[in-house]
Amino acid sequence: MAERQLGTDRVKRGMAEMQKGGVIMDVVNAEQAKLAESAGAVAVMALERVPSDIRAAGGVARMADPRIVEEVMNAVSIPVMAKARIGHITEARVLEAMGVDYIDESEVLTPADEEYHLLKSDYTVPFVCGCRDLGEAARRIGEGAAMLRTKGEPGTGNIVEAVRHIRKVNAQVRKVVHMTPDELMTEAKLLGAPFELLLEIKELGRLPVVNFAAGGVATPSDAALMMELGADGVFVGSGIFKSDNPEKFARAIVQATTHYQDYDLIGRISKELGSAMKGMEINSLSLEQRMQERGW
Amino acid sequence: MTTIGVLGLQGAVREHVRSIEACGAQAVVIKHADQLKDVDGLIMPGGESTTMRRLIDLYGFMEPLRAFAKAGKPLFGTCAGLILLAKEIVGYDEPHLGLMDVVVERNSFGRQVDSFEADLEVTGLNAPFNAVFIRAPHIVSAGPNTEVLAVHDDRIVLARDGQFLGCSFHPELTDDHRLTQYFVQMVEQSSVVSA
Repeated sequence: MAERQLGTDRVKRGMAEMQKGGVIMDVVNAEQAKLAESAGAVAVMALERVPSDIRAAGGVARMADPRIVEEVMNAVSIPVMAKARIGHITEARVLEAMGVDYIDESEVLTPADEEYHLLKSDYTVPFVCGCRDLGEAARRIGEGAAMLRTKGEPGTGNIVEAVRHIRKVNAQVRKVVHMTPDELMTEAKLLGAPFELLLEIKELGRLPVVNFAAGGVATPSDAALMMELGADGVFVGSGIFKSDNPEKFARAIVQATTHYQDYDLIGRISKELGSAMKGMEINSLSLEQRMQERGW
Repeated sequence: MTTIGVLGLQGAVREHVRSIEACGAQAVVIKHADQLKDVDGLIMPGGESTTMRRLIDLYGFMEPLRAFAKAGKPLFGTCAGLILLAKEIVGYDEPHLGLMDVVVERNSFGRQVDSFEADLEVTGLNAPFNAVFIRAPHIVSAGPNTEVLAVHDDRIVLARDGQFLGCSFHPELTDDHRLTQYFVQMVEQSSVVSA
């Protein structure tokens, strides 16, 4: 038999490629996971609390109870993701040992390390990380992240930060693509990005991994907007299970993501959805309360 | 020019488009069932089969896809696409499209941590094919008229049943376009016959 190579970049990044055009939903138990799967989610994120509840609860937010992760893994056949704290090597290794399909090294949880992120290339399981600009994106890829997402501002139901982040990353990618090779080293210095990665971006004409939208998606139109702005897919955290009718919201957000330019359809599915989650004005959050400020 | 569609509901659509174009054919992303009339063959990409199935139902693709197959046009399913094509899925009462005479099992190599790359010997290709398996299914058994084209670890991972081609892995994730080329030839031959 030909030798199997596990955990290669191609296998890790490829897994994220298969999620493109899809919606990944936060769930806290088996019942929600099944609802997400039947609504057409491409994966679920198993959590102890959705971001808006983490915000409300305060205190230290950690990796979910493995019992919840296991319950979700047993409930669905689509991939299951789970969150580990930034820099928490052991939480990540525990999730890997449990066989989760993807780990989110996430600013939604309280960071375990305020200086270093995980060396994600060391793991067989692939990782997704948040980013607000190309420097952050490139550092995470440099550490081995196989997928990116915007940070947005989780648990707010306010899309403004996710829009800011995807526009910024894409504008910076365009800039790099159009730079001459002799300009790239200085750009690498200014961004705090690995030089070789900027070269790769220039050659490819895009990021070498998929980039999803996350942090503040609350309605089908929000999901479609992020696709319009160039996201490869969408994470929805609190937006589904904090809405009036989670089942309808889940289905509508999946449809709006596939057909993000079919405005008749988005109008039709947005009728009689009930209320979306209650949103928050970003300015009402102090700098310390903003999850997007976590990560370095 | 030969025109090949890629079912564009979800998954690795862009990669198949790139591969089709690299083989000198024209690629069309199919998001609505009425676009099927414009193409000579169709690729069902990798992605999440349960999600794609839900969207196939939601957008009324089921009957048009079966009619497309009935008209003799070739279909190529990779990973999730193979699951959609299969006549039988282990553990499920009903198949999805139920077109290709194979029995498949989902996630049969394990979870994502068990996903892998391996070199395959493929019938008709003179050098090994670097295959990327991601939470891959495999073909448990193939019908009498289905030709097995590649096996890994005693499991069938590539097969052809007349106008249907299916594989467990993702040729679209590599720069090796030989399998896409093989499918483009299937489509060219079928268009000659029907013309």
